[in-house]
Amino acid sequence: MKYTPVIGLEVHVELYTKSKMFCSCSADYFGKKPNTHTCPVCLGLPGALPVPNKKAIEWCIAIGLALNCQIPTFSKFDRKNYFYPDLPKGYQISQYDQPFCVNGNITLSNGKKIRITRAHMEEDTAKLTHAEVNAKNVSLIDFNRSGVPLVEIVTEPDFENAVEVVEYLKLLQQTVRYLGVSEADMEKGDMRLEPNISLKRPGENGLPGYKVEVKNINSFKFVEKAINFELERQKELLEKGETPKQETRGWNEQKQATLSQRSKEEAHDYRYFPEPDIPLFTISREDVTKTKKSLPELPQAKLARFKKQYSLTSYDAEILTREKQTADFFDEAVKIGNAHNIIPKQIANIIINKKTDLEKTLPAELIRTIKAQTSRVTIDQSDLEKIVGEVIKENKNIVAAYKAGKTNAIQVLIGIVMQKTKGQANANDVKSLLENQLR
Amino acid sequence: MLNNLSLQQAKQLLRQKKATSLELTRFYLERIKKLEPKISAFITVCEKEAQDQAKKADELLSQGDKKPLLGIPISVKDNFNTIGIQTTASSKVLESYIPPYDATVVASLKRAGAVIVGKTNMDAWAHGSSTETSDFGPTKNPWNIKTLPGGSSGGSAASVAADEVVASIGSETAGSIRQPAAWCGVVGLKPTYGRVSRYGVVAMGSSLDSPGPITKTVEDSAMILNILAGKDKFDATTSPNIVEDYSKNLNKNISGLKIGISSKYFKKCESEVEKKVEQALKVFEELGAKIQEIKLFDPQYAIAVYTIIQRAEVSSNLARYDGIRYGNGRSKFGEEAKRRIMLGTYALSAGYYDQYYNKAQKVRTLIIEDFKKAFKQVDVIVGPTSPSTALPLGASKGHPMFGEMADILVEPSSIAGLPGINVPCGFSREDLPVGMQIIGPQFSESIILNVANQFEKNTDFHKVKPKL
Ligand SMILES: [Zn+2]
Repeated sequence: MKYTPVIGLEVHVELYTKSKMFCSCSADYFGKKPNTHTCPVCLGLPGALPVPNKKAIEWCIAIGLALNCQIPTFSKFDRKNYFYPDLPKGYQISQYDQPFCVNGNITLSNGKKIRITRAHMEEDTAKLTHAEVNAKNVSLIDFNRSGVPLVEIVTEPDFENAVEVVEYLKLLQQTVRYLGVSEADMEKGDMRLEPNISLKRPGENGLPGYKVEVKNINSFKFVEKAINFELERQKELLEKGETPKQETRGWNEQKQATLSQRSKEEAHDYRYFPEPDIPLFTISREDVTKTKKSLPELPQAKLARFKKQYSLTSYDAEILTREKQTADFFDEAVKIGNAHNIIPKQIANIIINKKTDLEKTLPAELIRTIKAQTSRVTIDQSDLEKIVGEVIKENKNIVAAYKAGKTNAIQVLIGIVMQKTKGQANANDVKSLLENQLR
Repeated sequence: MLNNLSLQQAKQLLRQKKATSLELTRFYLERIKKLEPKISAFITVCEKEAQDQAKKADELLSQGDKKPLLGIPISVKDNFNTIGIQTTASSKVLESYIPPYDATVVASLKRAGAVIVGKTNMDAWAHGSSTETSDFGPTKNPWNIKTLPGGSSGGSAASVAADEVVASIGSETAGSIRQPAAWCGVVGLKPTYGRVSRYGVVAMGSSLDSPGPITKTVEDSAMILNILAGKDKFDATTSPNIVEDYSKNLNKNISGLKIGISSKYFKKCESEVEKKVEQALKVFEELGAKIQEIKLFDPQYAIAVYTIIQRAEVSSNLARYDGIRYGNGRSKFGEEAKRRIMLGTYALSAGYYDQYYNKAQKVRTLIIEDFKKAFKQVDVIVGPTSPSTALPLGASKGHPMFGEMADILVEPSSIAGLPGINVPCGFSREDLPVGMQIIGPQFSESIILNVANQFEKNTDFHKVKPKL
């Protein structure tokens, strides 16, 4: 039988704000001495009260806007009540029915729209370590992480396979990095995800009657493995005529399997209620517009622009836009290169082949280097004409496109020639030679 | 010479160098030593710290420092965190808890130069109106030690009534300042919710808790409110509204003032209480105020709303005492705390939330509207503070709703976040104090303090002291 996977995602992204969500302690806890970034608030001491971090909320809304969410006018925090030793107040301050961001979406490269249900703010918990101290097995609590701002992004169950999930996650990671609100490093725990997975029987209407939540996934590699394992496991059960149990399972890397952690019967009743210590929020439309305007060009838009404006291949554009710093560098270098008859492709090649350390180089320096190289070694004119002829012969499609009026296509041909001549030709010469031969 | 000093009088004494802060502090420490076996108003007496603070105050006084509370001995309810000094909220759970920080109120008092002589007894976690549910034993009413001081700020009210301190700080969720003030014959002010910071006050009903002064006179109350009121960056629910000088408007003529009364509030009272408050209204009339009957919801609705919301918040607020920190486990919770945790947990549970918590919030909004309507017709509302005078020791035992009944007349205004003040307005045949409350719209502290002060100036009830 053919089952259709139904996969939804919950992703937690830790924000890189200076201070924690509800107190002024430093939120930079990674690798710090345990319990040094604490105060009455994040320790949950009697009488301490939370004061929300405005920057974190602004960033949460920025993430929401980048994911095409609506930002409701009214929002609030709620208490999510449950017991766990890493939760010093006995409740987590989160958002229940009025999150900051709702109804967004993101489009995958296959054209499929993934609906985003909501993006809300909450606080991180402390960190438990199980250790042996004085020959006794103990659990140690480090409160440095307690109260660090988290944004939880929840999708509708719109994914049908692990590949889509990974693409979405990479895009999400890239987006928060572009926004400069998080490093979203999965290994460090900046970005954590919990897929919920089920299989739909052929002809089944609506969603399957169960779902399995998978935890402990802390790398892109595991995402794929865990989802594929789970789909296979559920398929086997369904084929035997059984319905998989609604439960929470954890990915076990050693066993290469998901293992049951908690069943539905043990599911929590979180007894949400509005957090009385924090007044309601009224998010003004002016503020939303302001945040929207301050958003940088986002990864997908930048990729499209690079391909179009600079006539780059998808491959090149993808590499150049992977990180915002690289993309910004490239933009700047192209601008300077223009005045020196250096085409984008030449610059792209150098950056992609990592011939230069972008952190230590300025765009103008890179252009100077390219110029020096091209003027030092020059190619023989007849050799160049020969190469141009070959390129025209070898790239019939591009030539056809050019002749059909896509004048930008000539940039691609210039790029290929430049590559073949190892950058020894002058881009302007190449251009006029090409134009002559194509006439 | 040092007996029964009001804050204003103590301040003058110190400024005129007729006594030093150390003398005053030692006088009170002695009195505490003498009276505590009878009253038990304190959980912790800070003998050493208080004398150290007094010495420092004397130094500053000799330099002409003008801090508003400089050198004045006061007590603070034991649910206010005090750095380095045990803070228990009268619960065994926190028996050995020494906070690493000061509540904002405590920090403000210290900044104003106050000498904190001790931490006062209360109902455990502030759950109650008797101070009888304290895990460290009950406080007794200085007017008759066989009766209760009220609560939950019973220790604070008793310490002021017994002249063990110049003034005290209490906290009210619904009645916990006004009701013990009424039963102990002192002035108790519950400010508007959000007027005084809750930071560092062991949380009870977070959407209701309001710290405030318990004093011998209205003037003193205003003076302390001046120090406590204002926006606190550590409490997001404090109001940015401008803090008035509450001492400035205490002597305004109240001729033409419109006072609302609701017969529903009087009907719930013992006849003696009813009579004393009615006589008090005559004083206002003589001062030119106009008394008019207004329509208000029956206070019973406020009780229902309060019971749900407060229990829900309590169940969440007490979750942190899970046995992992603070030294003691959950088995140390008393009966009342356990009852509230269970009720609150139930009210918030899936399937019951809409029926209880949500509905209570809706009715709360109606009660707020009800008061708003009333304050379109009148300037203040006056009524009895408590339906009875102090009840005998043991009265709260076996009555889980004891507090709600004792606080029936203060719960509606608490639910609405309104300010209210209790002033003594007479004595029963058993010589127990009767209290009257004056309630105003939100942030009308200046008005109710003025009305209360006009009453006090024209009566002598505040001058009568218990014989101890
Ligand atoms: Zn902190």
